[in-house]
Amino acid sequence: MKAFTYQRADSTAQAAAAAVKPGAKIIAGGTNLLDLMKLQVETPSNLVDINRLPLDKIEETPDGGLRIGTLVRNSDLAADPHVRQRYGVLSRALLAGASAQLRNKATTSGNLLQRTRCYYFYDVTKPCNKRSPGSGCAALAGFNRIHAVLGTSEHCIATHPSDMAVAMQALDAKVETVNRQGETKAIPIAEFYRLPGNTPEIETSLKPGEIITAVTLPPPPPGVQLYRKVRDRASYAFALVSVAAIVDSNRGRIRSARLAFGGLAPKPWRSAQAEQRLANAPSTTTTFNSTAAAVLEGARGFGGNDFKMPLTRRTLHSVLAEMTRT
Amino acid sequence: MEMNSPVGANVLDTPGIVGKPIDRVDGPLKVTGGARYAYEVQENNVLYGFVVEASIGKGRIKSIETRAAEKAPGVALVLTHRNAPAQGTGNHREAHPVLTGPQVTGYGQPVAFVVANSFEEARAAAYLVNVKYDRSNGKYALRANLNEARVPKPSDAPAADSAVGDFAIAFASAPVQLDVTYTTPLQSHAMMEPHATLAMWDGDKLMLHTANQMLNQGQQVIATTLKIPVENVRLISPFIGGGFGGKLWVNADAILAAIASRQLKRPVKIALTRQQIFHVTTHRSDTIQRVRLGTDREGHILAIGHDVFSGNLPSEQTYEGAALQTRTLYAGPNRLTRHRLAPLDIPVASSMRAPGESVGLMALECAMDEIAEKLNLDPIELRVLNEPSEDPEKHIPYSSRHLIPCMQEGARRFGWDKRNPKPGQVRDGRWLVGIGMAAATRGNPLLLSKANVRLGPDGTCTVRMAMTDIGTGTYTILAQIAAEMLGLPTERIQVELGDTSFPQAAGSGGSWGAGSSGSALFEACNALREKLARTAGMDPATARFANGSIASGDQSRKLTDLVGVGMDADGEIRPGRNNKDFSQQSYGAHFAEVGVDEDTGEVRVRRMLGVFTAGRVLNAKTARSQAIGGMVFGVGAALHEEMTLDPRFGYFVNHDLAEYHVPVHADIPDIDAVFLAELDDQSNPLKSKGIGELGICGAGASIANAIYNACGARIRDYPVTLAKLLSRLPVRA
Repeated sequence: MKAFTYQRADSTAQAAAAAVKPGAKIIAGGTNLLDLMKLQVETPSNLVDINRLPLDKIEETPDGGLRIGTLVRNSDLAADPHVRQRYGVLSRALLAGASAQLRNKATTSGNLLQRTRCYYFYDVTKPCNKRSPGSGCAALAGFNRIHAVLGTSEHCIATHPSDMAVAMQALDAKVETVNRQGETKAIPIAEFYRLPGNTPEIETSLKPGEIITAVTLPPPPPGVQLYRKVRDRASYAFALVSVAAIVDSNRGRIRSARLAFGGLAPKPWRSAQAEQRLANAPSTTTTFNSTAAAVLEGARGFGGNDFKMPLTRRTLHSVLAEMTRT
Repeated sequence: MEMNSPVGANVLDTPGIVGKPIDRVDGPLKVTGGARYAYEVQENNVLYGFVVEASIGKGRIKSIETRAAEKAPGVALVLTHRNAPAQGTGNHREAHPVLTGPQVTGYGQPVAFVVANSFEEARAAAYLVNVKYDRSNGKYALRANLNEARVPKPSDAPAADSAVGDFAIAFASAPVQLDVTYTTPLQSHAMMEPHATLAMWDGDKLMLHTANQMLNQGQQVIATTLKIPVENVRLISPFIGGGFGGKLWVNADAILAAIASRQLKRPVKIALTRQQIFHVTTHRSDTIQRVRLGTDREGHILAIGHDVFSGNLPSEQTYEGAALQTRTLYAGPNRLTRHRLAPLDIPVASSMRAPGESVGLMALECAMDEIAEKLNLDPIELRVLNEPSEDPEKHIPYSSRHLIPCMQEGARRFGWDKRNPKPGQVRDGRWLVGIGMAAATRGNPLLLSKANVRLGPDGTCTVRMAMTDIGTGTYTILAQIAAEMLGLPTERIQVELGDTSFPQAAGSGGSWGAGSSGSALFEACNALREKLARTAGMDPATARFANGSIASGDQSRKLTDLVGVGMDADGEIRPGRNNKDFSQQSYGAHFAEVGVDEDTGEVRVRRMLGVFTAGRVLNAKTARSQAIGGMVFGVGAALHEEMTLDPRFGYFVNHDLAEYHVPVHADIPDIDAVFLAELDDQSNPLKSKGIGELGICGAGASIANAIYNACGARIRDYPVTLAKLLSRLPVRA
């Protein structure tokens, strides 16, 4: 860990002003950042602590949705009655992530901004374009069991590890931000994450000094919600594949559906094509097959993660069959 | 006492505190933080060290730039091969020299040691050490280097090969044959407490607070390495947060701290980080195991063969003895076991959690399941058919062996009769459900161990030995033995362990700890009983000890009236003829029920039961805890644990506990362990046998067999992950 200065922000404006400076980094729960600092994967020169900001509320919005403060702890969000009743997919996704101890500490925006778990990213002696642009990608021809099969580039095949963000992707969440000029934005989550392309070190559309203040959820769409996480052990493991699904169906016919996937891509993966295959379609194996094919269009394995294609297909089958069972 | 004959009736045969499920005597210290582990020992003026690891697998340090680190805040010393002293050499069990030169023989080998006023300063400065290497092509992967494998010749392990009869002919002509190859992966001990040491010198005498399972052995290794007399080395290790074999030998933390402390004339403290432990310390080699079984049509084994490949540094002879149990577990006239060791340029491979049996049984006991199916035999029946009447290779009797009762009692308790031998027939929602079993066996070694017991005038009894308690319950069982032998409540027994200034002891490893140290204490107590009886003018043979008194006939004397300023006695146990004339093992049977998700291939254990016989159980609670802990290891071995080697770099890619998976609570549902009554009077005066590692032995195989029963997929490449199962599950499309 490199020596750094620490400052506690008393206002969002102050935090934004501090965060815009080179080498500054916002810290909230710290569950990911501190680990990365110990390994010198992250080497901020100044930490801006936002934990004292009054951004830890969950409020209903006038349109019947929910506004989740940036500092709301994952445990609190998962246990919130509104979330449990109306956004079950989010509650389940949160509880499928990390451990109880980590969820008690981890925040909403920290969860959104957590870094990949790629082994090579975590080891500063190994090439990694995300950590050290231009150094190469050790995962491409290395051990890539947990890596992405969709949205990759020749520079990076790392996945985004969040469960929460996958559910938010299915729920069409918006990320609210403010910058040092006090300008606010509401970024649709679909536009929030960026694919690696030639710049895997840039993971989101946030600008320097732009601070997440909240995540808003529109009213939930009709239908049943489900989060299925497939992993190597029963708890405390990142998703090999996860599915956040919201399916509105009746008597063997699907009216509409939303599908988002974790573990497959550098960002929570939503497939509009797949959702179209399900709209006004019978809940049959043929439909599920064509949906899975749409999700996996353009998918590419790198050896160790080839199994994610059949796994995705099978998991999606299982989820859709369960959700449309009459 | 030397174990040369059966021990006969003794004090422990009458019901007493030994065997009772009493709580750990050190429990309150542990849960209140009162138990001090090596890194927690406070010392004034202490400095902190941080290791810089080699980031190549094989090659040479071309240049090492330390100036920036030396100038960094708080830094007192940067040790490298340029300023480290000459040290003694040997294999990893004899010496552990560090920073010996520019050669890198394995990834993660320490290339520098930064010492500073605080841990944080040492760590920050460690990242400033700039090392440049000339990399050479190393040999890293076991499978790619089998053609160079040789016959290992260790001085402290059984011979690599054994043969009885003519295996080749018998196997070739056997009516029913099975020839299968199983592989087990590289594994890391993953104990909770990291390797840690606090070193300090007083003149030419070195004192180390260090996490080490075998202190007397460690003392010798440190003396050899530092080239100082063994009596000048003192190791202190009263509490150890798990070892699993990873702390059997001396690791770099102890030597680096000792060298730095000597140079700086100040105490130096170090704890390896979790990530460093994977490379800087030892691991278990992966194995490639070919098992061949030939039987007659009824299922009698005619030929049994087990060939094992493992890997280690070219300078090491330690092999993974995965075929050792195959020499003794089942009958059969024609037998062949062979171990081959491939020279590899990766960190030292050594003992981990039942070395040998734990991975060997994962092959053998699944092969037994496979041939049982070929024979259309129940797996338990097959094992009963092949129960030997004597050790089939050594042709000596077993000291005690109750494998069949374990299997039968386990079958009864588990509901084995409900098993459908045809795979894939039972389902619970989307879960395919199966059950499986496997036999458990683990050798029962006895090591030289000594003890001193002293009774003070206040009625407090102090037990001392250089024994360790790595979390197994040694403090507790020793307190129970002393309490029963001297007729005192356990509250009056003060057990002091973990200090080489106490009598030499076996240490904790290989399941020998309780039997060896407990027997030494038993002998010491016997000697003290004799002294007390003579002082009281009573016949030692008939004197009874109870309630703090000694009694004979209608006479009774308080012990405190006899001891004067204090009375003590020594005791000692040594292996003897019994350890050659009897085949000594603990036994058991594992039963597991698993669910396999028919869509995703996820495997979840639903129930586990182990039924064991291990001689006298010294504490029913700590014994059960140990057995359950071993069974949890079995879950990890079957389903989770694997270090992945990246052959481009010669390193273990997933070197942290986020990606080196061990089972978590949610993976361990309904689990129980039961010990059946048994006494083994050829084993040791306690009539106990080793239990520390018995729980892991066979546990993983029972899970793999249950997976096969659940879904019909026989995965011979551990761990059994969903990726390996997917293509074998019912089609979804």
